[in-house]
Amino acid sequence: MNPSDLQYTKEHEWLRDAGTVAVIGITHHAQDALGDVVFVELPAIGSTITAGRSFGVVESVKAASDLYAPCDGEVVAVNGLLATTPDLVNTDPYGDGWMIKVRVTGSTGDLIDAGSYDAFLATLH
Amino acid sequence: MTTTDRPAETGHSPARGTSIFSGRQAAVPTVFDRSVPGRRAGSLPALDVPAVDLDDIIPLAERRRDLPLPELSELDVVRHFTRLSKRNYSIESEFYPLGSCTMKYNPKIDETIAALSGFRNLHPLQPESTIQGALHVIHHIQAQLAEITGLPGVSTQPVAGAHGELTGILMARAAHLKAGRARRKVLIPDSAHGTNPATAAMAGYEAITIGHDRTTGELDFDDFRAKLDDDCAAIMITLPNTLGLFERRIEEICRLAHEVGCLVYCDGANLNALVGNLRPGDVGVDLLHVNLHKTFAVPHGGGGPGGGAICVAASLEPFLPAPVVTRHPDGTYAFDADRPDTIGRVHGFHGNFNAVLRSYAYILQLGSDGLAELGANAVLNANYLKALLADDFQCYVDRICMHEFVLDGRPFREHGVRTLDIAKRLIDHGYHPPTIYFPLIVPEAIMIEPTETESKQTLDEFAAAMIEVAREARETPEIVRAAPHLTPVGRLDEVRAARQPDLRWQPRQAAGQAH
Repeated sequence: MNPSDLQYTKEHEWLRDAGTVAVIGITHHAQDALGDVVFVELPAIGSTITAGRSFGVVESVKAASDLYAPCDGEVVAVNGLLATTPDLVNTDPYGDGWMIKVRVTGSTGDLIDAGSYDAFLATLH
Repeated sequence: MTTTDRPAETGHSPARGTSIFSGRQAAVPTVFDRSVPGRRAGSLPALDVPAVDLDDIIPLAERRRDLPLPELSELDVVRHFTRLSKRNYSIESEFYPLGSCTMKYNPKIDETIAALSGFRNLHPLQPESTIQGALHVIHHIQAQLAEITGLPGVSTQPVAGAHGELTGILMARAAHLKAGRARRKVLIPDSAHGTNPATAAMAGYEAITIGHDRTTGELDFDDFRAKLDDDCAAIMITLPNTLGLFERRIEEICRLAHEVGCLVYCDGANLNALVGNLRPGDVGVDLLHVNLHKTFAVPHGGGGPGGGAICVAASLEPFLPAPVVTRHPDGTYAFDADRPDTIGRVHGFHGNFNAVLRSYAYILQLGSDGLAELGANAVLNANYLKALLADDFQCYVDRICMHEFVLDGRPFREHGVRTLDIAKRLIDHGYHPPTIYFPLIVPEAIMIEPTETESKQTLDEFAAAMIEVAREARETPEIVRAAPHLTPVGRLDEVRAARQPDLRWQPRQAAGQAH
């Protein structure tokens, strides 16, 4: 279910390593648990994020949740579409619902591969 | 607001629904829509004072001519609001099992006392000598709350739970700074109330989350020990926690925290599970706020005036908000503002005195035995209801609970039914839904708090409705997914309401230009 070319956190973010930059979003499980996303607060381009620390907030009709950085990095792009169409996070979490692109500057956190993430999800049920 | 209106005559109408509402109804027009030019709700008597030209007192440039006030007769107004009030759902008409909120019945005697003219007509700037009765009430409830919580320093200034939290954490910070300790962190279990992290952040601290033990539902003790260090200003713990469970290691938690100079803040929003049976100060808590509007008979809901009295250990008394009410040797009361270490005033005119007054009356009415019975009944009712539901619903943590419990709605997923659907369907059965999707740590959470004021009959009837909804979810899930069917409007478009909030009425002809 979760793409095998991504790395994951146990806080349900994904990271796609694309050479010089990495793309970050939240997983299908996260969007399903949140329900309809109504607002996404993302950092400014040029700001830095730190592995394991909050870099933004995603708000749904049920709750507001912190977004946790999967790596250290500098934000080089932000998905501007989410300002007007935050539901992309629900409809296409691994595609058009991406959140930020970062230039990885240091260590990644404790990232796991798709198989381990699937196994982790299974423990939540 | 946009709604997806589903008439009750679509074939999904449940035969056994018992909604207090009378089914789909046309929308009630606003008072503005009912306006008729020139209509008035009464007539003014003849002018018997000298006339003043309006232009002389309010210049034309400062006057609005486009103010779209509705023009209605008295009867128009009375009927309009009476119709709306019939759609209201309140604790005075129905059961309200809203977990975490303690929507209990508040005795009318406390309303009567709060409405006594001697209190009601006080002005907050009157001289102290003329408000001795009010000061007596504040001084006495300070002593009562100190006795109930085991924490001798009390201020009734904060007017809400989160306000009491912020007051307490600002006091903790003041105490640390006075001792030369510039600490940066506040530990908060993920089973604490959701306002706690906001409080810590507002007070300038970093909120550090502690996990919970999936089996016991209590704080993850190893995680707590790993994160506790001498950079922690406080741990904010909710007792019982938001799973409705008692933290059985609370004394050990307090002891370990104190060993590194970390204060223990207890979120007292769930105090009615403990009141009269356990004093948080006795187990090591340093600071606690009391939600007067949950535990002590102040009506709430809709954000009405509440009370978030803060209670602290003796060592923290100097930091209480000023002024505090003191009693002179001659028996008179006074405001004491000469408190050099105070964090300052946190609210004007000593908080919501009217709320404090209700609580004072309620505490006197129940007495210490009555308060202990209150706490015991809150716990008994929750456990009785939990047992009634045990065959049809899954508890997130299945053990004896305190005043509330949390169900895990995931088993209904196999029928394509989610917790939101169950909540909506309960409305058709005549009940305000329980709290849903909180606490966040429980997937598909359904959080139920029956409170101590409900009878066994009410709990039996509510359980029967819950069990019926569970049966419907298994056998006819399409009815549950499309609920509610028997309400004036159907399921609201929550997504659009959140994304495109339209909170202000505008006259139609002026729409788009009057913003």
